[in-house]
Amino acid sequence: MAHPVDMGDHAIAQIRYIRQTMERTGSFTAVPGWGGVAIGLTAIGAAALAARQGDLRSWMLVWLTEMALAMAIGCLGVWRKTHHGDKSLFSAPGRRFFLSFSPPVVSGAILSWVLYRHQDGAVMPGMWLLLYGAGVVTAGAFSVKVVPMMGLCFMALGAVALGVPMETGNWLLAAGFGGLHIGFGLWIARRYGG
Amino acid sequence: MARAAVERIKPVLDELAVEANREAQALEGLIHEKMRLGIVSALAASGSMTFSELKELLQTTDGNISVHARKLEEAGYISCTKTFENRKPRSEYVLTHAGRVALEKYLNHLEALLGAMRKR
Repeated sequence: MAHPVDMGDHAIAQIRYIRQTMERTGSFTAVPGWGGVAIGLTAIGAAALAARQGDLRSWMLVWLTEMALAMAIGCLGVWRKTHHGDKSLFSAPGRRFFLSFSPPVVSGAILSWVLYRHQDGAVMPGMWLLLYGAGVVTAGAFSVKVVPMMGLCFMALGAVALGVPMETGNWLLAAGFGGLHIGFGLWIARRYGG
Repeated sequence: MARAAVERIKPVLDELAVEANREAQALEGLIHEKMRLGIVSALAASGSMTFSELKELLQTTDGNISVHARKLEEAGYISCTKTFENRKPRSEYVLTHAGRVALEKYLNHLEALLGAMRKR
């Protein structure tokens, strides 16, 4: 007959194993590291190009083009990483990741439109960094730990950018969408397989 | 007086704990094994997973996953859909209703076992 204490320990171990397995299953691991690096490089180019623009409309056009490009690179990177690892793109963690990421990003797009109509571009860099960071933090709850950490760095940079002139804000966009993406992208690529 | 009462029911609680454990082992002999429990737990959390995802998650070999997944499939706890993607075979597993019920029963037994242990 098994000893009662051993059975209790065994039950606890089994419950712990179930919990840990379920937690690990809930992680979206297809965040693309190399895709992040590519996004970072295009963002630095976009910042240099945007700095030469004389009006808000052209400045926004450069960054909106960059955002569309970044989105395409990001989607391609996620698809490549899931496809390469024979993983499902629309798994439950993947769906949760994108559902959490979208609301702050959509809010940013709406607010950008309103600010553009009022010709108020000064807060845009800070707002973009802050809301993108918020999206990365919330979505990162369903991914590996480094992802929410990256989101927090974006938010911190956004908070700083809200208090500086638009020209400086443009370079903080380069530091965020460029530097942070490259730095964390390399980290993710090396630690989490591409 | 309370101490005497506890002493009196202690053998009964011990017997209950042993019985709960025996029942759990008999009923869930299939999902009690660690690898199979891992597969069932992962599918309960995610809805569906491919062969490669399960292999990566549970840090095991192709053969190990195949053997345990087949046993769970034969018991009707999981189902598998095999397709081809770019000429490569792809197996996708989902937890069946019977599998979910078995996991719930197993968890209830573990809970009952722990409850009986605490009362001792």
